[in-house]
Amino acid sequence: MSFGGAVYIHDFNCFTPLGKDADANWAALVAGYGAIKPRKIGFLDEVYASQIGTSIAEVDEAVGEGRLAYMLSQAMAPILDKHRPTPRTALVLASTKGEIGYLEKGEKKEAELYRLAKKIAAKAGIRTEPIVVSHACVSGVLAINAAKRLIQMNQYDEAIVLAGDELSAFVLSGFQAFQALSPFPCKPFDADRAGVSLGEASACLFLSREPSMFTIRGEGAINDANHISGPSRTGEGLFRSIGTALHEAKWEAGAIEFIAAHGTATVYNDEMESIAFNRLGLSGVPINSLKGYYGHTLGASGLLETVITLKSMQEGILLPTLGFERLGTSQPLNVLGGVTEKKVQRVLKTASGFGGSNAAILIEKIW
Amino acid sequence: MVEAAYIQKVCVVRAKEVVVDAVSRFSSDDASFVDFYKKAFRELNPDYPKFFKMDALSKLAVLAAEYLLEGESLDDLALVLANRSGSLDTDVRHQAAIQHEGEYFPSPATFVYTLANICAGEISIRHGLQTENAFFVSENYPIDTAFSYTEYLLKSGKASQVLCGWVELFEEKYEAVLYLVSPKGTKKHTAENIKALFA
Amino acid sequence: MQQPNNIIYKIEMAELKEELKGKIIEVLNLEDIAVADIADSDPLFGEGLGLDSIDALELIVLMDKEYGIKLSDPKQGKSIFQSIDTMAAYIAENRTK
Repeated sequence: MSFGGAVYIHDFNCFTPLGKDADANWAALVAGYGAIKPRKIGFLDEVYASQIGTSIAEVDEAVGEGRLAYMLSQAMAPILDKHRPTPRTALVLASTKGEIGYLEKGEKKEAELYRLAKKIAAKAGIRTEPIVVSHACVSGVLAINAAKRLIQMNQYDEAIVLAGDELSAFVLSGFQAFQALSPFPCKPFDADRAGVSLGEASACLFLSREPSMFTIRGEGAINDANHISGPSRTGEGLFRSIGTALHEAKWEAGAIEFIAAHGTATVYNDEMESIAFNRLGLSGVPINSLKGYYGHTLGASGLLETVITLKSMQEGILLPTLGFERLGTSQPLNVLGGVTEKKVQRVLKTASGFGGSNAAILIEKIW
Repeated sequence: MVEAAYIQKVCVVRAKEVVVDAVSRFSSDDASFVDFYKKAFRELNPDYPKFFKMDALSKLAVLAAEYLLEGESLDDLALVLANRSGSLDTDVRHQAAIQHEGEYFPSPATFVYTLANICAGEISIRHGLQTENAFFVSENYPIDTAFSYTEYLLKSGKASQVLCGWVELFEEKYEAVLYLVSPKGTKKHTAENIKALFA
Repeated sequence: MQQPNNIIYKIEMAELKEELKGKIIEVLNLEDIAVADIADSDPLFGEGLGLDSIDALELIVLMDKEYGIKLSDPKQGKSIFQSIDTMAAYIAENRTK
């Protein structure tokens, strides 16, 4: 058992362009639907991205709480129904940019992330001070790690881990300046991959010490210390993040049956991941990236992809990587080509991002 | 695994002054904020031209870390940082570059700093810290969370020492309070003692 | 006729190169480097000024913002951004403002 005792994952949910809850998302994914389409956003005329539909936008205007806050409360609603917050329930929110849209209107202070967290916590009846993890594209995975750690330190009994980011002109314009936007729906790990497609989503899961179907065996979040935007050429931080998670779990790398990778579809990121996985002897392990379905949902992506992977373990079905046709990394990877019926017990979820950040988590399905 | 942890050293940067363990190490009256950062950094004489390319929040974080870590072992040193405004100061600059269609020139060098954790990445790069890293956003320094999280890293064996603290900057207002938690020292690492650093 | 034109061209190019050096120092925040420190043929990347991938992207923005030149393929940048000489030649040929 890891330091601090076992922490379990209970219910989970997500709210995305592919569906309003986890079940709807699962049905769409198994049917092979992707949400990335050409859209006009800000001053960008035609950009491939995934966005929650207009019918939902109308709903949120009626609610009047702000679009991202609405997305977050939708993801959280079924979890709150099942687990009424106690005075020892934490809210850990992961987001990179929060309600960044306020800046366009000149309302700078309104864009502060802690305000969003307080708003959500108050509405949900959470009495502890909300915790915001804002750590680039690893925020979602790191939020799970942080919640687990704080439960293990007995600061809380249980935690609602929530993540969300919106599609915004703010972020799109930056990725465009980075020449990192794909001119077609992104193709993770593919030989013809040419950058990311951005997206938006929210996701939620509930952690506690009470036994449940899933448990976190190990985790880590280690920096590359190499470059603020370029992924490490050796995959060092990701390699070490997985290594520390394996050490905590007391697993050999061979125990991992499935990898839910980050797979953004930029040339350098996917290459870096292939190197890190290869260094750990994981080249033959079935792997996918869900970015081809949802695009890169930034701070939400790690949590969203964890939620879908939990669903995948429950259903005994592994999902392929939409957009992938032909391997285009220097090191071999076992990228799944189609929907595969296979029961897996032990999975690895990873994420990497700007600032040299990486995060890894090992989850086991125990019944 | 670290059993007993101490607040070994503290560096505070505010009001154009750098204070290490209650001793003033650098101050300037006449300089602008930009000049203050530059002069305070040059004072230590590091050959690190990258410093001058960073955004203001990263400059503040790297400057405070430079004074805190001077002469210290960097072995297995993790980072746990927090602030109130995230990267808002740089967010505002990026927004200005994309606000009007006629003058739409998003800058990659600005955009890359529109994430709160980049300043932690800059400290990691500067000191070669391939270690645990976390950035929290909070209205005030989250004392209990920073304490528990740091103790977790030390007790679980995921780090041997931790650079913790607050790096807040928005427009003209800035404040850094960084402290080194390690097995060395006399002031125990407790929530009470952390609180005292912010009094 | 050719001779004076050539001289004017040379003067214009020299001015463009000076201007370019100043702009590069400014947008890339090159501390402690002055216009006089950069030779026209110095490599900008690697051993030369030590610029990195973000600087390369920033130069693409500079080309657009200051000279109205849009470079959509980052690979194009490699040959154009070799030195001040190559950059100035490309700008003189392709500028729209």
